[in-house]
Amino acid sequence: MDFPEELKYTEEHEWVLVEEDVVTIGITDFAQEQLGDVVFVELPDVGDHFDTGKSFGVVESVKAVSDVYAPVSGEIVEVNEDLPDEPEVLNNSPYEDGWMVKLKLTDTAELNELMDAAAYQEFVEKD
Amino acid sequence: MKKTPLNQLHRDSGARMVEFGGWDMPVQYSGVINEHLAVRNAAGLFDVSHMGEIEISGAQAFDFLQYATTNDVARLVDGQVQYTALCYETGGVVDDLTLYRFSAEHYLLCVNASNTDKDFAWLQKLHQESSFSELTLVNRSDEYAQLALQGPQAETILTKLTDIDLSTLKYYHFLNGSVADMKMIISRTGYTGEDGFELYCAAADGPALWQQLLKAGTAHGLIPIGLGARDTLRLEKGYALYGHEITAEIMPLEARLAWITKLKKGPFVGREAMLEAKEAGLSRQLIPVKLAGAGVPREGYPVFCAGDEVGYVTSGTMSPSLKQGIALALVDSAVAAGDKQLEIAIRKRHVPAERTSLPFV
Repeated sequence: MDFPEELKYTEEHEWVLVEEDVVTIGITDFAQEQLGDVVFVELPDVGDHFDTGKSFGVVESVKAVSDVYAPVSGEIVEVNEDLPDEPEVLNNSPYEDGWMVKLKLTDTAELNELMDAAAYQEFVEKD
Repeated sequence: MKKTPLNQLHRDSGARMVEFGGWDMPVQYSGVINEHLAVRNAAGLFDVSHMGEIEISGAQAFDFLQYATTNDVARLVDGQVQYTALCYETGGVVDDLTLYRFSAEHYLLCVNASNTDKDFAWLQKLHQESSFSELTLVNRSDEYAQLALQGPQAETILTKLTDIDLSTLKYYHFLNGSVADMKMIISRTGYTGEDGFELYCAAADGPALWQQLLKAGTAHGLIPIGLGARDTLRLEKGYALYGHEITAEIMPLEARLAWITKLKKGPFVGREAMLEAKEAGLSRQLIPVKLAGAGVPREGYPVFCAGDEVGYVTSGTMSPSLKQGIALALVDSAVAAGDKQLEIAIRKRHVPAERTSLPFV
């Protein structure tokens, strides 16, 4: 299982790539493996605002429906338009082609609440 | 949790295990979609040892089964299998099952795993309360392992290991024979809509049979299949699953199972209630629908017609073959018949759904 060093992570198994005040968000390798074959992805609209911990999207596998939660507060500035047509990309490339949304941060201090790769790996292996 | 004789093999192979009706079962090995397509295109092997087996024998076994089950047992000949149901006096379903006739005085019922104890108790109660005294009921569930070999390559694979000429074994018939030198019941039945076999062997032989079949079948594309794909495979064919399409509160007549409900065969448990319901007109019916928009219909999602809630989804999934949402839904009879525009409520959206016909695939 893959835990890229440059990313931040949540206990809900989202990853966050920070580029100044915009973050890219997706689900982790662990999350996609637990879900199994992803068959449907629902994304928000550009301009939607989400507070930390609120559901901004849905990922469905054959067997399960999972909410995806905003790791930090902010406004959606871009969504991965290809994902709804090719949901299997979430399984094949969770950290790259499978990115879900880009969000403009409300408060950069919220990033301090996220786990680094080592802490997330420990969290997953303990789980 | 109960375990089948193959439990350790599943764990060793890295299968993902889940609790299912009190059993520790593999839900997937290589992935639900991959497994599903393997069964449609080549072959798949299922451990269905959790299913229950109840033996009924004696001079009045036939009369008792004719009274206890909904289908017409008189239509069965030796070596034939029949899909049927046990119902309550209310017409609701105790369980659906396959009935195997060895002889006029000897039968085997294959029942749903989680219903085995309930079914056995129900049959014992009927036996005690009825006038059919000359029969013996035995729960043999622990004595059998059961494997299902399903898919277009199933016959080719099984032929390599058996002494039976499978070309003579017709759909919904069975024979006693050997596979890899182990004695078993070889039944041309299944729950996938593909050609295939269900093999009932001694519990202790289960692991060896599994390994021998995989070894013989690998070259033909055979892979192990978990409960996840078992569900998508049956749903693409519109087969009912107990607890979903049929329950103690749903009559077979409402669930497209009139074909196993022989109201003219004579008295049987539940018949009076069914005749009354039929006379009054069934208020709801199970229908197959396909989503016209994006999304995955799931059990319990409400169904709407012209703004009114008219029913709910009993089973739904993303069809791996069609890559489209499919569902069985129990809806008011008034909307079941016509080609009215239906919608399924998926979270906040109402997604259009087309009435279609079975099988989906």
